[in-house]
Formats: sequence, C-alpha cells, structure tokens
Amino acid sequence: MPLIFGMSVLLGCQFVGELLARGLALPVPGPVIGMVILLLGLLVNGRVPDSLRQSGEGLLRYLTLLFVPAGVGIMVHVGLIRGDLWSLVVILFVSTGMTLGVTAKVMAWMNRGNVDTRERP
Amino acid sequence: MNVVRLDQLWVYLSGNPLLSLLATLIAFLVAVRINRGLGGTPLLHPVILSIALLIAFLLMTGIDYATYFEGAQFIHFLLGPATVALAIPLYDHRQRVARMILPILAACLTGIFTAVGTTLALGWVLGVEHEVLMSVAPRSVTSPIAMGIAEQLGGIPALAAGLVLLTGSVGCALGPFIFRILKVQDPTVKGFTMGLAAHGFGTAYSFSSLGAAAGAFAGLSMGLTGLLTAFLLPLITHLLGL
Repeated sequence: MPLIFGMSVLLGCQFVGELLARGLALPVPGPVIGMVILLLGLLVNGRVPDSLRQSGEGLLRYLTLLFVPAGVGIMVHVGLIRGDLWSLVVILFVSTGMTLGVTAKVMAWMNRGNVDTRERP
Repeated sequence: MNVVRLDQLWVYLSGNPLLSLLATLIAFLVAVRINRGLGGTPLLHPVILSIALLIAFLLMTGIDYATYFEGAQFIHFLLGPATVALAIPLYDHRQRVARMILPILAACLTGIFTAVGTTLALGWVLGVEHEVLMSVAPRSVTSPIAMGIAEQLGGIPALAAGLVLLTGSVGCALGPFIFRILKVQDPTVKGFTMGLAAHGFGTAYSFSSLGAAAGAFAGLSMGLTGLLTAFLLPLITHLLGL
C-alpha cells in the first residue's frame, strides 16, 4: 500500500492547493500552492515518509515524459504565429540565451563564497 | 469467421485513448534511445525528439490533437502531483537553500528582468504585433501561470502556452552550451538557471542530467519565478505604457 499512501498525500496537497487558488482567485496554479503546502508539512513532520518518497521520486524521475502531451500541442499554435515567426524565433533564442547567461553569472558571483562542485551527475 | 476490415479497425483504434497513450510511451522510449545513441546531446533532448516524433505520427495518420490528447491526458494529469512532489527534493536540500537565500533572490530578480526586458525590447524593435508580444512576454514561466498572465495583459493564452513550450525546448538546447562558455560548474547554479529560464522543461532536464540537487534548485526557481513574474510583469508593462 505504500504507493497509494504516497499518491494520496500528493493528490491531497494538490487538491487543497487548487481549492485555495480558486477560492482566493490567486494568479498561481493549484499544484504550485500544493508544493508549498507539502513543503510546510514536511518541515513540521521533520522527515519524508518512505512511501511518499517512493511515489514522489518515481514521478520526478519521469518528469520529462509528463511534458510530452502538452508539448505536442505546439502543432495547434503554429498557425497563430506565422506572421511573426522569424521575430519570435530571434526572441526565443536571444532572450533565452541572455536569461541563462545573466542568471547563471549573477548566482555564481553572489555564491562565490561557498562553491560546491562535489555533486556530479 | 467474420474478419473486420482493416480500415474499420483503424477508425476504432485512432479514436481510442489507448493508441495515443501507447504512441506517447513508445515515442518517448524511441527518443531516449536515439538521444543515447547520439551521446546524450542536449540539442536533441528526448522531450523535443518525442514531441517531433508524435507530431509527425499525428500528421501522417490524420489524427487531430484533441483526439490525441484524450488519451495522452492521463500522462498530462500526472504533472500536477509531480509538481507537488518537487517539495521533497526541496526539503532534502533545505539547508543549502537557506544558506544560498541571497544569491537565489538576486539571481531570480535579475533573471526575470532579463527575460522580460529582452523579450519586450526585441519584440518592439522587430515590430511584433501587440497581441503576440503580450503572449510571448511571460514565456519563461511555467505554462499554467503564463496563460493567466497573458490573459491579464491582453495576449492570447493558447499562444502563450505554445511559446512557453518552445522556450523550454530552446532553454534545454542552449543551457549546457552557455554553461560551458561561462564556465559555470556548480550544479545548484545550473539547476536554478535552467528552472528560471526554461521552467518545467529545465527542471526535468536538471533532474535527468544534472542530479537531484540541481533538480531541487530548478524546481525552486521555477516556482519562485512563476510567483514573482505573476506580480511583476503586469507592473512592468504598465510602466512601459504597453
């Protein structure tokens, strides 16, 4: 039964998150609020129950797969951007590249006091 | 014995959720294999590759996206609990997050301003239509948040969702390359940057290629960026008179 308990905790947090998001008309999606709720719960509990870790880490291991169905939806939006296609391509590459560079540099510079490269994939 | 004709069988199968579910899983397996065969190059990330394979499959078979999604939604649904589950690695690395709280906030704010600023400036220079520009502005934020922001700004939510996905793919392709040029080695910095610039795609990439600590930081920055952008972006566009 550990998987069922773990999934129930995850879905329960999402459920409460959705309720809060809808009820208070917050601009944040329910699952993100659910994540905050679970984090608070874990901090209070002081450790991650094994069953929760099992189902949670199982889901995270396949996170890339979970984006595929929504990603295929790009095929529907192609028509909408035809007029601005090349401008958008430039924006996506230049702006994303600059965002990556600036963020990494700022964080690495601010964090230069406690560099930690021990953990390697 | 009555044998059902092949085309009738196909009509039944193509409308059945089972086919799109199976096709999604197989496309993903094939994409992972191809990516591994090419030495794990980030330019052809398994997500991008499986999306391309599936689009080709749908175009060839003539199945429309709505029909496909009826089956694939079972996989899509798991994104919700998976987002909640990001709290687990975040909890595991809570001490490191607490120690790095200042770099985290500084990087998050400068990252958001760079993403939004360069997007709006380039869009203005290139003469992108207002409606499209307002849909591309929140592109570095996870899609449910981006759709809400785009709507608030007068953009097109569906288009915003599509641009978010493209940003995620571009981010996964550019990230490793930029880290190498800038000599960034700390996995927590890499993860945080990927989560900020490429939301869920970047987070998934961090988990699969950079390790659990990077994944935790990517998840953190994805959530933080989403929250802050939702509040900051309407302010920025208002100040710029857009």
